[in-house]
Amino acid sequence: MSKTALNKRRKTAEIKWKSLEENKKPILFFGAATCGNAAGAQETIKAAKKTLKEIGVDADIIEVGCIGPCYLEPLMDIKPPGKPRICFSNVNEEKAEKIIKRFFLKDEIPKLGLVGHFGDNGDYGDDIPRFYDHPMIKPQVRIVLRNCGIIDPSEIDHYLARDGYVALESVLSKPWEETLDLIKQSGLRGRGGAGFPTWKKWKFCRDVESDQKYMICNADEGDPGAFMNRSLIEGDPHAVLEGLVIAAYTIGASKAYIYIRAEYPLAISRLEKAISQMEELGLIGENILGSGFNLEIKIKEGAGAFVCGEETALIASIEGNRGMPRTRPPFPAVAGLWGKPTIINNVETLGTIANIIRRGADWYTDFGTEACKGTKTFSLVGRVRRTGLIEVPMGTTLRKIIFDIGGGLFKPFKAVQTGGPSGGCLSEEFLDMPVDYENLAKVGSIMGSGGIIVLDKDTCVVDLAKYFLKFTQQESCGKCVPCRVGTRHLVNILEKITKGEGELSDLEKLEKLGESIKRSALCGLGQTAPNPVLSTLKYFRDEYLAHIIDKRCPAAVCRDLVVFRIIPEKCTGCQACVKVCPTGAITGPRSEPHNLDESKCIKCRACYEVCRFDAIAGDAIEIVSGEDKS
Amino acid sequence: MVVKTAASVLEKFSTRRENLIPMLQKVQEVEGFISPESIKLISDKLRISENEIYGVSTFYAQFRFTPPGEHSIYVCMGTACHVKGGQQILNMLEYELGIKEGQTTEDGRFDLNRVACLGCCALAPVIKIDDKIYSQMSVLKLMDVLEKYTQSVEVTDE
Ligand SMILES: Cc1cc2nc3c(=O)[nH]c(=O)nc-3n(C[C@H](O)[C@H](O)[C@H](O)COP(=O)(O)O)c2cc1C
Ligand code: FES
Repeated sequence: MSKTALNKRRKTAEIKWKSLEENKKPILFFGAATCGNAAGAQETIKAAKKTLKEIGVDADIIEVGCIGPCYLEPLMDIKPPGKPRICFSNVNEEKAEKIIKRFFLKDEIPKLGLVGHFGDNGDYGDDIPRFYDHPMIKPQVRIVLRNCGIIDPSEIDHYLARDGYVALESVLSKPWEETLDLIKQSGLRGRGGAGFPTWKKWKFCRDVESDQKYMICNADEGDPGAFMNRSLIEGDPHAVLEGLVIAAYTIGASKAYIYIRAEYPLAISRLEKAISQMEELGLIGENILGSGFNLEIKIKEGAGAFVCGEETALIASIEGNRGMPRTRPPFPAVAGLWGKPTIINNVETLGTIANIIRRGADWYTDFGTEACKGTKTFSLVGRVRRTGLIEVPMGTTLRKIIFDIGGGLFKPFKAVQTGGPSGGCLSEEFLDMPVDYENLAKVGSIMGSGGIIVLDKDTCVVDLAKYFLKFTQQESCGKCVPCRVGTRHLVNILEKITKGEGELSDLEKLEKLGESIKRSALCGLGQTAPNPVLSTLKYFRDEYLAHIIDKRCPAAVCRDLVVFRIIPEKCTGCQACVKVCPTGAITGPRSEPHNLDESKCIKCRACYEVCRFDAIAGDAIEIVSGEDKS
Repeated sequence: MVVKTAASVLEKFSTRRENLIPMLQKVQEVEGFISPESIKLISDKLRISENEIYGVSTFYAQFRFTPPGEHSIYVCMGTACHVKGGQQILNMLEYELGIKEGQTTEDGRFDLNRVACLGCCALAPVIKIDDKIYSQMSVLKLMDVLEKYTQSVEVTDE
């Protein structure tokens, strides 16, 4: 497609978008990303369609990506003709029917699950709030996520209507040096974890003479507990692809790969569709927009190995080998895929590029700190009230993220874990620290790809350290001894401690071994694997001591150190727990306090849960550890 | 519906080494697991030794070498799910099904697996049964869900 043809298409797309904004018939939007679907969005859509049919309302249905507050899913927006969308939360099938009926039959805006509208102040009178004033949304700056949840990700026209591919057009009409310079001015650093300046990496590759270069998008998102990249691809795939084409042009690559984890089937299908749309419009292929630049994009599915997020392992995996990292140098920018110069960038890095090009480096550098410009997406999860995907300027404090945006916790705060299995656990004293690459590293954690896991007093940090070490130990590729053997020993010691068999000297062993693995492992996986242990030892040593000296798990998590107990004074004898106990450990006649036979108890928590949620007493079963275990 | 076989889906691949993992993925997609026969087929086609193919395929958690059950259960063992009780969910499943993760029940109804993260961390803990993800699980909710699959012979996603 030529430039004029693209501009013509954009005009049509703009008309299409405008008719969506000035809709003649109602439109219902549903957040139907993987998270929305997991919460039941598809069932809600079915129920909504049925209700609309029943009451004879002719409406369009559009499935959009995730707009962020996953804890409110399934989300349903109703857009009455010519007016802004109104968002409703936790819309299950029943609620969908109720809301739709009230909305269209009674002509009211139901308060049921109401979050807010997408218009300006006063569009719906004073008692309907604005969506963007919601406490989780208001403090955010949405640059990378600007289209997520807003556009239909399967429609390239929606993307085009919102300035999509404007940046690509401009880049292709200029020499690559200008783009490189712009990215340099913007201060953009890689969002995959290491924070390496993007322009520098690109320049290394550009400067190498070669008949073939490769551009790779790293969508492996191996950090378990993080889903920023999945959300972006599902909600706005073209944003990532536009960045990928721009990067390929700037470094001089004619072939590109997207390495994406197989656990993300929806994201993969969104990418496949988006790529075929680009092919149709000539945004990839030969002579893109008449510039003479050619590019081919291929999708490669990962096969479930965390280490394949590491760039040299990723390359080995694309080549069809075991995903083992190798020593660098040579860096992939010089010798990567099949020995050719290769650049690997994270999904979010690429998703940022077009925004910078469209709006300029000065605009971008207004966000963030001196050393880290722009915004960062985080997946805010764990024991925080409002879980979901957020985007904030670099340098935002953890307190703001957890307490303002996340709405705090249900129980007292204990720690926050950042950076995934390579990161660390930080205690309360660090809550006011501005989040950027350097600050987090200074205190023994890392930024990583952007997972933030909030922990309360019911989380055991020793158990969490053991969890991470087990993960890295299992995911270690086995090539280097410090990682293969060292992590195994760390796990063994932690197992011992969580079983109540630890000794004081174990703590020193953990520290010594951890430090030496950090120094000697081959790749980033091993070099960072001890971080969860070392950081918890530093900031939560007393919890280790409780496990070792008192044989007690303060959070009552470690299975071998807890018992389940019925409090006779509280038990009303409602038999709810008797019914759910899978082993018959609980007995007792109705209306009399029940008995729990410890020897039969497998500590599955079924009784504990049923007592809290379904039983009459509510809190007659407790999980205790240590001295109060008697 | 035409039943696809490993041999038929392998036809469309060229003999480039880079196709090894996609071929294994495709075979598993249509046959449910990687059999010694399909390894041999791939080996002949790509001219890579069977040994080496085992080397590559066992490296990746995705591949299984025994037939799956009728329903495949995946328990998320990601960090978000872990801190919200994912391990309890796995323990309970192991107890209820009488198997360990990585195994298939004797009657062939279920296989039980762990997965690193399903990307629904905000709705933790989650499990996936076949293609359907169940979010915000609890031991009690799990019992209800399991019942759906054990009672009726045919459970579809609908
Ligand atoms: C063990 C390990 C796992 C990694 N996993 C990922 C990942 O899942 N996604 C990612 O983008 N980068 C990951 N990285 C970082 C990549 O090696 C690489 O630095 C990054 O993709 C570069 O992109 P950027 O410059 O845009 O940040 C990982 C690194 C290590 C050592
Ligand atoms: S941690 Fe379970 S879905 Fe991500």
